[in-house]
Amino acid sequence: MSEAAGFEFIQVKYLHILDIPSLSIRPGVITSILGPSGSGKTSLLRLLNKMASPTSGRINYNGADLAGISPVEHRRRVVMMSQSPVIFKGSVRDNLTAGLRFQQKEIPAEDILRSVCEQVRLDQALDSPSGVLSGGEKQRLALGRIILLDPDVYLLDEPASGLDDETAGCILDMLTEKTRSQNKTLVMVTHSRAMARRISDELIHTTRGRAASGAAG
Amino acid sequence: MNGIIDLGFYQVAAAYIFVVIVLAIIRHRGISREKEIVIASFRMTLQLVMVGYILVYVFDNPNPFITAAIVIAMEAFAIYTIFNKFRGGLSTGLKKVIALSTGAGTVLCLLFFLFVIVRVNPWYNPQYFIPIAGMLIGNSMTAVSLAVKSLTEGMTTQKQLVEEALVLGATPQMATRDILNSTFDSAIMPTINSMIGMGIVFLPGMMTGQILAGAAPTTAIAYQIAIMLGILGAVALTVIFTLQMGYRTFFNKEDQLAAGNRDY
Repeated sequence: MSEAAGFEFIQVKYLHILDIPSLSIRPGVITSILGPSGSGKTSLLRLLNKMASPTSGRINYNGADLAGISPVEHRRRVVMMSQSPVIFKGSVRDNLTAGLRFQQKEIPAEDILRSVCEQVRLDQALDSPSGVLSGGEKQRLALGRIILLDPDVYLLDEPASGLDDETAGCILDMLTEKTRSQNKTLVMVTHSRAMARRISDELIHTTRGRAASGAAG
Repeated sequence: MNGIIDLGFYQVAAAYIFVVIVLAIIRHRGISREKEIVIASFRMTLQLVMVGYILVYVFDNPNPFITAAIVIAMEAFAIYTIFNKFRGGLSTGLKKVIALSTGAGTVLCLLFFLFVIVRVNPWYNPQYFIPIAGMLIGNSMTAVSLAVKSLTEGMTTQKQLVEEALVLGATPQMATRDILNSTFDSAIMPTINSMIGMGIVFLPGMMTGQILAGAAPTTAIAYQIAIMLGILGAVALTVIFTLQMGYRTFFNKEDQLAAGNRDY
């Protein structure tokens, strides 16, 4: 089981986009980030996995200053799925295992790859070309890709944006169950207040670059 | 072998008939390139006449400092030409990489070629040093220009793929591997193509020059083979140096795409 992880923001500013005097994201819980477009939700996620760095202030991860942690090592533990995930050239299998190859991890057996495809409701053959997938299928393939990485923290940017309500609900329930049963952390950006309240333990509201947290209940 | 037929003033002047023919054709077709053709022909003539007189002096008075100064000037001009080709489009970091790669790659190959293959004596003999340096530096300059163009285009058009790879835990080197491989291909391909066509499609300039000067074709061929392999080495080395150091200039120390390469 992975060690739980937590983030703490101290006087963090990021360009003109975010200004967060104080914020905590607790380990082992599901946190949703809500807020209007342009309020800095995606930037907040990028700060969490070091795809962006604070202009000033400090972010701690498990008590250690994130600035002192190797970016590549950090991204391997704190994996992000962007709102419009990019699909690489090649087959479904190539894309599913892309992260594992980047992280130089062992490629699992065929049945495990198929099982992940089932979990994200992707019924394409593993060897079919990824170029013919629809937007929703690409979204599910990208989700499968990060599930296979088995990170400590999942960061999802609008994971349900390209999916119908039923599929989105099933996949998010599966991720929720995985997060809770394996004591992982999930931070998700969403526009859906109802979905956020249904699956989250905590909510973060971003407004004009400010972020405030509270319980989801 | 017969000695070379000397070209007199009027014979060289007669060659300008080709320029006149080209000017007549493009004027007839309404292509407005007369000015460029006249300037290029004039510049080429002036530069070569000047170089001719300089080389006469340098060959008659061999001196290690003069030889080194000429090679440094050639390197500087090659690097300046590459910078000029991408006016304003290169970061300071990439400019440093270009200068270092071009200098290091060509000098290493030049020294190996002169001291190990030709075994030139004295070591600074300008008759060998300068023309061979010219061929290695000239070809490397073209290859580095192609490499920089392909690298910067690749990092722009495939920015999202690079970002996605980083997000999934790739190092910058892994994230740019495909771009670097295709860049290496496109930079080295002209050299490979010219090697393939050599001797069948065309006789290379150096070999032609040596044959015209009275050297035995077999000697000319031996030099041409060696210099082509030297060019291949210099081109490959400068391009590899450029790519291995150049890709890093697109990232900051946090392994994020550097500010100028981001969309956000």
